[in-house]
Amino acid sequence: MFDSLTDRLTAAFRRFTAKGALTEADVDAGLREVRLALLEADVQYKVARDFIARIRSRAVGVEVLQSLTPGQQVIKLVHDELVQLLGGETTRLTYQPRPPTVILLLGLQGAGKTTTTVKLALLARREGHRPLCVAADLQRPAAVEQLRVLATAQEVPLVGPSPDTRTPAAVAARGVREAERLGCDVVLVDSAGRLHLDEPLLEELRAVRAAVPVGTAVLVVDAMTGQEAVNVATAFRDQVGVDGVILTKLDSDARGGAALSMRAAAGLPILLCGVGERPQDLEPFHPDRMARRILGMGDVVTLVERAQAQVDREGAAQMEERMMAGRLTLDDFIAQLRQLRQLGSLESVLDMVPGGRALLRGGGAAVPDEGQLRHMEAMVLAMTPAERRRPEIIDASRRRRIAAGSGTTPPEVSRLVKGFAQMQGMMRSLGGARGRRQLAGMLRGGGLLPGWDRPGR
Amino acid sequence: MPAAPEPGGGAALEAASRERRWWGRVTGRLDRAGQAFAAQIRERLPLGRGLDDEFYDALTDVLIASDCGVAVAEGLVEGLRVRARAKGLRQAADAVAALQAEMAQSLVTRPRELRLVGAPAVCLVVGVNGVGKTTTVGKLAHRLVQDGRRPLIAAADTYRAAATEQLRVWAQRAGVEMVAHRPGADPGAVLFDAITAARARDRDVVLVDTAGRLHTRQNLMAELGKLVRVAARQVEGGPQEVLLVLDATTGGNALSQARTFQEVAAVTGLVLTKLDGSARGGGLLQIEAALDLPVKLVGVGEALDDLGAFDPQAFLEALFRGVGEPAAT
Ligand SMILES: Nc1nc2c(ncn2[C@@H]2O[C@H](COP(=O)(O)OP(=O)(O)OP(=O)(O)O)[C@@H](O)[C@H]2O)c(=O)[nH]1
Ligand SMILES: [Mg+2]
Repeated sequence: MFDSLTDRLTAAFRRFTAKGALTEADVDAGLREVRLALLEADVQYKVARDFIARIRSRAVGVEVLQSLTPGQQVIKLVHDELVQLLGGETTRLTYQPRPPTVILLLGLQGAGKTTTTVKLALLARREGHRPLCVAADLQRPAAVEQLRVLATAQEVPLVGPSPDTRTPAAVAARGVREAERLGCDVVLVDSAGRLHLDEPLLEELRAVRAAVPVGTAVLVVDAMTGQEAVNVATAFRDQVGVDGVILTKLDSDARGGAALSMRAAAGLPILLCGVGERPQDLEPFHPDRMARRILGMGDVVTLVERAQAQVDREGAAQMEERMMAGRLTLDDFIAQLRQLRQLGSLESVLDMVPGGRALLRGGGAAVPDEGQLRHMEAMVLAMTPAERRRPEIIDASRRRRIAAGSGTTPPEVSRLVKGFAQMQGMMRSLGGARGRRQLAGMLRGGGLLPGWDRPGR
Repeated sequence: MPAAPEPGGGAALEAASRERRWWGRVTGRLDRAGQAFAAQIRERLPLGRGLDDEFYDALTDVLIASDCGVAVAEGLVEGLRVRARAKGLRQAADAVAALQAEMAQSLVTRPRELRLVGAPAVCLVVGVNGVGKTTTVGKLAHRLVQDGRRPLIAAADTYRAAATEQLRVWAQRAGVEMVAHRPGADPGAVLFDAITAARARDRDVVLVDTAGRLHTRQNLMAELGKLVRVAARQVEGGPQEVLLVLDATTGGNALSQARTFQEVAAVTGLVLTKLDGSARGGGLLQIEAALDLPVKLVGVGEALDDLGAFDPQAFLEALFRGVGEPAAT
């Protein structure tokens, strides 16, 4: 496991100076790291191989600009190429000019279709439409009931099976008729989870397509899917027809290499991302952010956006300022942790911060829970202002005093200090004033490295 | 209804032969995985050739394509190099056979039986969203009934919409009673009631379905910790089993899930579901190796008896069957 591809590439390229051109051997050494990063992120091995081949031909002989280290330069190439592959710019879900827009959700068992159906209904309503849900999962016990509960809570009308509509196709057809009657212009059809290898069940989906005018068939894919993702996508695409993908459970710590498989190997655009269990937890898909996530480079933009949406704007601005200040103090650190915790799971948030993982590891535990956080806070409070500003002055006797003052132990104190120092190192390795400018650019929605947001190369 | 288990070898023998029949029946479904693995090996590793770096690199790719993860794949291939050198292997086909042995070794005999002895024994079924927990509880209840046990199901997923209704269908299919509260109720209270009910009604196992939770969700993981503590307080030695359900289609993240659940809930074993759909399952090598947790059960479909005890030998045979055969179309 690793925290940052940037760090690994920097190490791989440390041997040579920031002058001249990259040789083939240099590039191969660096690309090995990139390949591992992709594979560890569950990018399908063939997709990874083709990708590396493309990068290699582009990277060999590249002039190393003086403003950049070679590692950064290769990462820039990798990133740009990855964003390109993931779809260039954001693809959106579209509605038919003539209603109704019928959206069919399909996918493997447990991917999150039912929850996503209701999320899409809410999205349609936010965009000025009148949605209706159709419960056509007649396979899984209580699936209809599940959709009924969720849709009813959002006051979205629902059509389920009835004595004379016993097949998914018949239920869907009745759903479209009901939508017309009720004046609903968007019909969302939830279907049973099925294996991409299960021919009779795939036939059932084709029957739905034959019975109602499906405008968009959405493949719902769990972001944690492994190497099988490409087979899943191509099988559904070829056997049933798929127009786009919704990636679910991105609030996990999955790196989401499956996204690349969808796009690069199956040619399917990614429309939206599920980021939680609540009906409003649906976000647009941003290729550039996904690229950074796959590469393990953090996603500070999403983090700040979530902060803006869910905490107060002032808090987000302060957070931005602290990060840009280039030097966090322990006070800031605790304040940030407190604030970040409101944004969702701490671990998923820290994943979006460069170096966040190292902090967790330095902290000893996998994720500080509320109790540990209280301990950490107590330790910081027991420090003098000087110690908080410059934790490196904390020696054994200061450690004992802080531990006694906070009801903790000296090893706990030193774990906190060590973790903090590591994170600071990460921040600093972004590099002095330039790094801070990069970070500022990133926070404004640009790229992670200088020039990334410039069009062309 | 099967008779109550009699002490002595009879029941054990019968169970063993039932298990063999089960593997015989489902092996066709695992063959899909096997075929995919075999096809990979055939496609990438022409077996007539010799053993060089290119061979080993391609083999690493094949293993990675099976979701073994980079580290395990490289470890296995490294082990194979050593073995091949020691035994003087020259041919790719011999190396592939040695790989099967190498993998068998990495699935070293861990105790894989369920340990459900308690008054009553409490078995928590946990995992992230959608992996197959509820279905597993239903199938496991059926299995235990067949073994002559008297299980009771606790509906401790009070969070997801209609979770209890779904579980009720499974409880009926298995012919097992269920204890449930209203939606949104405290899962700990459900468990407490279920344990009390099991004692009153002379049930010897409480199977607990829990809400799906991403391992990254702090508060939900804390709630799970609480459930474990309720089991520990109410039953001596409880919870007897904490089964983490993993979806065989999941990639590297399965390891992260296992690690966090192990920390919070002291997982005692794994259930690998959806093996019928995945050409993979290599993840189990990775997790068993990294966390020293045994896969105890595998799910190969959505029917009541599509759950079996994990048999590494049978699994590897299914995986390697057809490797040496000529390519089918
Ligand atoms: N093909 C196949 N499908 C399975 C298997 N096990 C479970 N499923 C299906 O996977 C889907 C999800 O299963 P559930 O049992 O509802 O999963 P869960 O973990 O309880 O889900 P949540 O409670 O929503 O987190 C259902 O459609 C099941 O029928 C299996 O071994 N093979
Ligand atoms: Mg469930």
